[in-house]
Amino acid sequence: MSSQTETTAPKTTTQPWTGQDLPRKEDKRLLAGQGQFVDDVWMHRQGYAHFVRSPYGHARVVSVDVGPALAMPGVYTALTGAEVAEMCDPFFQIAPEPGGKIEEYPLAVDKVRYQGDAVALVLAETRELARDAAERVVVSYEPLDVVVDAVEAADPTSPVLHEEIGHNVAWQGEYSYGDIDWALENADHVVKVDRLHFHRFSSTPLETFGAVVNWDPGTDMIEIRSNNQMPIFGTMMLSPTLRAGADQMSWYSQDIGGGFGIKIASYPQVGALALLSRKAGRPVKWSETRSEHMLSSGHGSERTFLDLEAAVQADGTILGFRVRAFDDAGAYLHYEPLGAVIWAQVLTSCYRFKHVTVDYTETLTNKCPTCPNRGYSRLQHMWMIERLVDTVAQQLDFDPVELRKKNYVQPEDYPYETPNKCVYDSGDLPQELDLALEKLGYEEWRKKQAEVNAADNGKRIGIGIGSTLDSGTNNFGQAQIVNPELPFSGNGEAAIAKLDVYGELAVYLGTTPQGQSHETTTAQVVADILGCDPGMVRVYAGFNKEQSTYVGFSGTYASQFAVTGIGAAIGAAEKLRGEIVALAAFALQCEESEIELANGVASYQGDEERAIPMIGIANLCYSNVAALPDELADRVSLNCRYVYRPPFEPPDPVTKTGSLTLTYANQIHAAVVEIDEETGKVEILDYVAMDDCGSRINPGVVEGQVHGATAHGIGAALHESLDYDEDGNLLQATFWDYHPATALDVPRLKTGHVESPSPFSKNGAKGMGEGGGAPLGTIGSAIQDALGKEVLVNDTHNTAERVYELLEQLRNGGGKRGVEVTSR
Amino acid sequence: MAEVEATHSIEFELNGEQKATVVPARELLVHFIRDDLALKGTHIGCDTGNCGACTVRVDGQLVKSCMMLAAQVDGCAIETIEAGPAEELREAFNAEHAVQCGYCTPGMVASAAYLLEHNPNPTSHEIRRALKGNICRCTGYENIVRAVERVANGKATAGASEEARA
Repeated sequence: MSSQTETTAPKTTTQPWTGQDLPRKEDKRLLAGQGQFVDDVWMHRQGYAHFVRSPYGHARVVSVDVGPALAMPGVYTALTGAEVAEMCDPFFQIAPEPGGKIEEYPLAVDKVRYQGDAVALVLAETRELARDAAERVVVSYEPLDVVVDAVEAADPTSPVLHEEIGHNVAWQGEYSYGDIDWALENADHVVKVDRLHFHRFSSTPLETFGAVVNWDPGTDMIEIRSNNQMPIFGTMMLSPTLRAGADQMSWYSQDIGGGFGIKIASYPQVGALALLSRKAGRPVKWSETRSEHMLSSGHGSERTFLDLEAAVQADGTILGFRVRAFDDAGAYLHYEPLGAVIWAQVLTSCYRFKHVTVDYTETLTNKCPTCPNRGYSRLQHMWMIERLVDTVAQQLDFDPVELRKKNYVQPEDYPYETPNKCVYDSGDLPQELDLALEKLGYEEWRKKQAEVNAADNGKRIGIGIGSTLDSGTNNFGQAQIVNPELPFSGNGEAAIAKLDVYGELAVYLGTTPQGQSHETTTAQVVADILGCDPGMVRVYAGFNKEQSTYVGFSGTYASQFAVTGIGAAIGAAEKLRGEIVALAAFALQCEESEIELANGVASYQGDEERAIPMIGIANLCYSNVAALPDELADRVSLNCRYVYRPPFEPPDPVTKTGSLTLTYANQIHAAVVEIDEETGKVEILDYVAMDDCGSRINPGVVEGQVHGATAHGIGAALHESLDYDEDGNLLQATFWDYHPATALDVPRLKTGHVESPSPFSKNGAKGMGEGGGAPLGTIGSAIQDALGKEVLVNDTHNTAERVYELLEQLRNGGGKRGVEVTSR
Repeated sequence: MAEVEATHSIEFELNGEQKATVVPARELLVHFIRDDLALKGTHIGCDTGNCGACTVRVDGQLVKSCMMLAAQVDGCAIETIEAGPAEELREAFNAEHAVQCGYCTPGMVASAAYLLEHNPNPTSHEIRRALKGNICRCTGYENIVRAVERVANGKATAGASEEARA
């Protein structure tokens, strides 16, 4: 941990800390094995909890007998779904009807709806004993038919998951802008694609879910030590369910071992643990196993696109498109149906389409509930658009580079209003694409490709491009587009900047970083404001209900810290600076405008002889107050809270229009792949990732996020998938089967950046942690390029097996299956 | 109906210090290290020997401690991240932004240090091969490979922009 006197790096007096590639403050403890993750937390008298989970994808729960478990010495108690239904109320549903009618409790009550659905909890003296006891719980199930496909689930004849709804459609709505009927009737060409499928995967944080929960019987306070990444949302979900006040719930976290959105979805488990603690009268500790995580934590969104039709002019202008989207929410709505609007932040992705109609249906299936996962709901939509653009280029013989440049939002268009009134803040996509191609050596690769593909030696080379947006800082008012009754709008984050009694500088955030370097970047920004070294600023990241300050949106998710969290830290530090300057002016008997802050000292115009150190400033406020005039003493506390609030209006839920996000970072990736014709194996020969996230607070941190998001996309495109068989069994319930990307699966990445400062954020920065899933588009594009126009890459997941199938189609004459072009 | 839990007496060296204790026969080494020895730097990520977050050294060999019983370390020397191994390598991890959430880091450092002991000048591919048993979900491995290369080649690239490093 960084000491108060630590110097971070040599610095010239004129260069701000913000923008420098400083090494991270967090690393010292993490590299010493001294991070504090949730499984490192113990409480006195704690028991170990273990869930009993359904082996069936869909079944009636006939009976649950915990007797044999309770008979084991060392087993404290057990909790069943039936008891839970007595002790608490169903979770609040974000969805209006029909999805809003779903009754979900922290444990399944009379039915299980996916493999891994929890039916009971046991609590025992040791971890091993808890597992043994869970094995002895006897559950009698009556298996039911399952449905594991989102489109089939919408069919009224499919097995129904939630009888209270009577069918499986959770949410349905049409988003329509411009006049796509006119465009399709009048365009020179119409390109149709029957079906595209964005597969189910997960970023699988290396640290699984976990929590230690104590519902104290005396004070009635519920202490939650967890790795949940959106604890106020967790409070909003759990407080009514548990029949407890929000003020009773105290969440804490320190280090979190990766989250990627998924750790928003740990609230149902935390709720069950709270009830177990209440029943047991002791703290309960739970560490999710990896298999539990794969089965039941939360999966990324899976989406099927049907009947995609694009209207294209002879000059290559793409007027727009129409599509039917079926989103697979899994068995319950966790954070959903917010995904049914969040994709609309990037309605037209990087392009100037004017006419767009999306008929969006979210269905329930006998699969793990989905939840936010890096690039939540947007990367599905943008992948579909990239496939559309490539298909148009290939089928109508446009150059894929020129077609993109023609249809991209142009540098002079910013701020650019999309048909649904989102505002793209800044960027230079054509330049970014040129830089990506230059780094790739595009022309040389095209020559090499022609040679290799002509040689007919069992190898094919393809070159692909993917362009995406990372929309950051949500306007939560978009929730009203899925449910006009929801009282949410805007966004924000809070911070406290403090000068402590011996002159120590501290910043408290309401965020829950999982590797995003908040301690480092906050210290850089605050050091510039307070005229000190970042090593002198101690940043308390991680959520601490009593110590942190927070707003309803606090947490770390959805690419917003660089705007909201840093915005709050800037505001708080500026307030603190004002108080320090006022105290210094009093001490040095001069005007406030004559005070300079540098090197941790306040001086009269830089005069070292007429200066006061921070300890002296702190003394005046904390311990020497009688020396201050009342008007000054009343003004200062040296504990300065600030809430950053981005400028948003509530969107219009009727027209489904409005500003849904404040900033738009963008990514342009380009890759070269080689396909082995005998096996279908895809190898990445070269990969470039360009990023434009506006002003960069710490380039090394930004680049690390680019690498990570790229690896997730590459892993998903070629390896990682969560598939269910026809009986609802998950086929990848361990890391053996799931194969998260290893160091050998990710190629050496060439990276670069364009810097288009955002006019909308305090510091020109844009949130950027999620990336836009550009690798999924890029690799699909490259495989398509290698295979040619006779077959269609119609899935995000392109294993050797799937590419081999496409090669077989090609060997059998191709025939453009799934694609139709009409020209007039 | 409760079974009497079998135990074993073990003697071992922990980060250079002699220890003796009794462990349940079925206790995993990783739980022994974390719960009984109270060394929290060794992490659990997968339970199946894939992810390497629990990697430690046993008699100098790299071991995934979720794949070994505590009873098996009788007479062995265990080294964990708390011993402060490979200082230069850990500094390189810091300089190259090779840490994000930090959960894989102790295991990653153990594997990278083992590689450099046995192959002081690895190629980029050899580094990736040596680290393939350690999953990192945050960094995409790029900066971890750079950190290992930095030590292997004595490169000084700290603070360089990505263009300079690419």
